[in-house]
Amino acid sequence: MRFEPGQRVRVAARPHEGHCRTPVYLRGKAGTVASVHGSFANPETRAYGADGLPERPLYGVLFAQRDVWPGYTGPGEDTLVVDVYEHWLEEA
Amino acid sequence: MHDRGGVPTGEPIDRTEHELEDWEVLTDALAGALGRAGVMNVDELRRGIESMPPGEYERASYYERWLFSLEANLTEKGVIAPGELDARL
Repeated sequence: MRFEPGQRVRVAARPHEGHCRTPVYLRGKAGTVASVHGSFANPETRAYGADGLPERPLYGVLFAQRDVWPGYTGPGEDTLVVDVYEHWLEEA
Repeated sequence: MHDRGGVPTGEPIDRTEHELEDWEVLTDALAGALGRAGVMNVDELRRGIESMPPGEYERASYYERWLFSLEANLTEKGVIAPGELDARL
């Protein structure tokens, strides 16, 4: 596991062709690791009939809504937790 | 088309609940059975849904998208022949 709870991370801003579980609206956004779920088969290759191995670490990453949506007008304490695979995360 | 978080829409979200119809329950069961049998997995199901032509995706209901993907995946794997389902309906 490259990251631990409390650590600041940023979702990679790279584009991706094909199946991918990392939502486009999070690309390039920074958040905090909230939980470490363990390691799981990679859906990006499993979606094409492969076994998805090696398993990839998966994290619950907490984002402030105001960091995700430009011009967010809701309460400042609003947050969002999204599961993101380690290969989509960088140190922030 | 499917990855649309944050895309503006003028349409309100339909929050009405509805009883599942038999074909919807069967579609769910079929996907589960195919998964347990090792024929296809949930990521392939999702990929098949995402590969729908945008117009068809928009018009289709939740389980209609599942059915589209099940047929596409099973055809791709040679489990059923192209057009086989239509021929039997």
